[in-house]
Amino acid sequence: MTETIIRVCMGPGGIAAGGADVLAAFQSGLADAQVSATIENRCTMHKVGCLGLCAKDVLVDIIRNGDKKTYELVTPDMAGRIITEHVIGGTPVAEWLVKDDYHAFHAKQVKVVLSDCGAVDPESIDSYIAAGGYAAVRAVLTSMTRKDVIDLIKNSGLRGRGGAGFPTGVKWENCSNVDADTKYIICNADEGDPGAFMDRAALEGNPHAVLEGMLIGAYAIGARIGYVYVRAEYPLAVERLNLAIRQAAEHGFLGENILGSGFGFTLRIKLGAGAFVCGEETALIASIEGERGMPRPKPPFPVYKGLWGKPTVINNVETLANVPYIIRNGADWFASYGTEKSKGTKVFSLTGKVRNTGLIEVPMGITLREIIHEIGGGIENGRRFKAVQTGGPSGGCIPASMIDLNVDYESLSKAGSIVGSGGMIVLDEDDCMVSVAKYFLQFTQAESCGKCVPCRVGTKRLLEIMERITNGNGQESDLDLLVKLGNDIRQTSLCGLGMTAPNPVLSTIKYFRDEYEAHIRDKKCPAKVCKNLLTFSVIAAACKGCGACLRACPAGAVSGEKKKLHTIDQTRCVKCGACFDACKFKAIAKD
Amino acid sequence: MNIDIQPFIDRYRAADGNIITLLQDIQHECGYIPEDVVFALSDALDIPASSFFGVATFYTQFHLHPRGKTIVTACCGTACHVKGAERIIQAAERELGVTEEHPTSEDGQFTLERVACLGTCSLAPVVLLNGEVHAKMSPDKLRREILRFKEAIHD
Repeated sequence: MTETIIRVCMGPGGIAAGGADVLAAFQSGLADAQVSATIENRCTMHKVGCLGLCAKDVLVDIIRNGDKKTYELVTPDMAGRIITEHVIGGTPVAEWLVKDDYHAFHAKQVKVVLSDCGAVDPESIDSYIAAGGYAAVRAVLTSMTRKDVIDLIKNSGLRGRGGAGFPTGVKWENCSNVDADTKYIICNADEGDPGAFMDRAALEGNPHAVLEGMLIGAYAIGARIGYVYVRAEYPLAVERLNLAIRQAAEHGFLGENILGSGFGFTLRIKLGAGAFVCGEETALIASIEGERGMPRPKPPFPVYKGLWGKPTVINNVETLANVPYIIRNGADWFASYGTEKSKGTKVFSLTGKVRNTGLIEVPMGITLREIIHEIGGGIENGRRFKAVQTGGPSGGCIPASMIDLNVDYESLSKAGSIVGSGGMIVLDEDDCMVSVAKYFLQFTQAESCGKCVPCRVGTKRLLEIMERITNGNGQESDLDLLVKLGNDIRQTSLCGLGMTAPNPVLSTIKYFRDEYEAHIRDKKCPAKVCKNLLTFSVIAAACKGCGACLRACPAGAVSGEKKKLHTIDQTRCVKCGACFDACKFKAIAKD
Repeated sequence: MNIDIQPFIDRYRAADGNIITLLQDIQHECGYIPEDVVFALSDALDIPASSFFGVATFYTQFHLHPRGKTIVTACCGTACHVKGAERIIQAAERELGVTEEHPTSEDGQFTLERVACLGTCSLAPVVLLNGEVHAKMSPDKLRREILRFKEAIHD
């Protein structure tokens, strides 16, 4: 009898690319072909979390008697032929299979957090248990003391994956040592960094691993209640978490007297209402309490005085998802990956101008070159690699000259950036570094909660200077002012948001000073991005007089008769670029 | 005010007495947070209205004005930004006749919103039309989609 498993990628990328339609096409195709009944072929199919290479979604795995083949860019109309030729006939449809770049994408990766993501069905606890899930919590509750668990996590070298990189075992130990009748554990799933989606993929792809990690953490610190604080913008993650909690309760992994150990734990979901600052521990606590999410001064740290004044441990999604695998495989196994101070693996969302965009998990200490050129397949459209932005709005830009830099907490921080939550946005020669820095500052300035002056007023002033520069009104003294003001904000802000907000500006001034100078002295944007420094004009030799630009122009700045040369009135031009987009003959110049 | 606030109050009291949850509840029902409902709740629960407005204006999820029937959500995440989100937003603003300050079209049909990041960065630039993801957008492609919605309204 042939045994076939069909897996359809329903990660963030897979769903957006039409994964649900592909799944439905396979389901109806299989029903039509009556595969299970007519030929000796037992076929199961399920949706899985992110398979990684989102650029090639929808990805579909067909595993026939243990032999796995992966199809890329699958659309619903391809299902019929795959079923007839591969599922029934046994011959894969060669031209639709993934190509070499898919294998190169996976060759350098090491999967821990994502190891079951893409293999287990995220909506089935049995699927997770069959893959070894909940064995760690069983081992912990039946044969380990709280101290054993803490020591093991400490020995593994696991550090917080949310940004700051604080040792997880030490955090647990501190909270465990506090004598209190009520303690809480919170999973921070308020993934707010623009350009980062690994927590979303982990929650949607394997929610039970996060739950299991929380259970183990709760046992270690002595908490009986836990919260998952998750973004409302991730409805599927919320749905799958709710389902996972229900299933875990039905299987006796949540509730009173779990596995007969006497330990009890309940878990609740809190929906974030959309505020970036709530990723900060104390602001997140305020938000769960129902207030404006404004940070509180530390100390006291949440491990001593957190939610409703009780000792509270807050761990990031990815940190918690690592825990079950560390318990199962041991501290030494985990510590065998990574560098001396940064152990294990890290998930990054690799996006921007790179060919293979998607979710990757790599050992700490891997070089940027390996990530961008080998896993990422290099820059798309043959453009030149310019910089990579890591750590989101709190991070910085690393220039092409430092491509052999190791990716770990220490090296990135030395280079003026951070690992952060794991966003990695690749920039090419068409990106203006001044504009990118301004973009992040706009974000942090808008998201500043306004509680402390350095962040509220300082980021506003920083942004004004950046706007002045990109509008062509920059002054020679602006660069020194940006650096001084940036350093002041860093040193005096109340919370991590303010302390890191100047990083994008400071790191781009450090590595791309010449671009700032071009904006200030020559009033030019070398990458041709900052629109107020651009002039749009018609290239007479290329203009066919088709009128597309005239129709597209919202300001009535274009004039010209049909089939004759068109012109742009510079006094009326609003520099929106609509004519540039509309022209099919590349007859609009942008200088 | 044309809604009964008693069920909201009951749920608020039955749960943990959380203003955010209460506001989420109201918005789910009304589509936005109506001012008169806030004042009524303030009286009924003896909580200053400023506490409600303080929370409602802090979080981007809450809307103090009615929104259009069709919500166009442009992702402004980093990946979308470097792939031209700003030009897409400008095209949508021109097409819908809206601005950042007045995001809802005059006929009340469309609202243009921005979101920090949808976490679908590999499909950038991304726009949601009534919650449905449209990947690899261009100003032109979005204009065509909006026209489709406009035609559907007139049919």
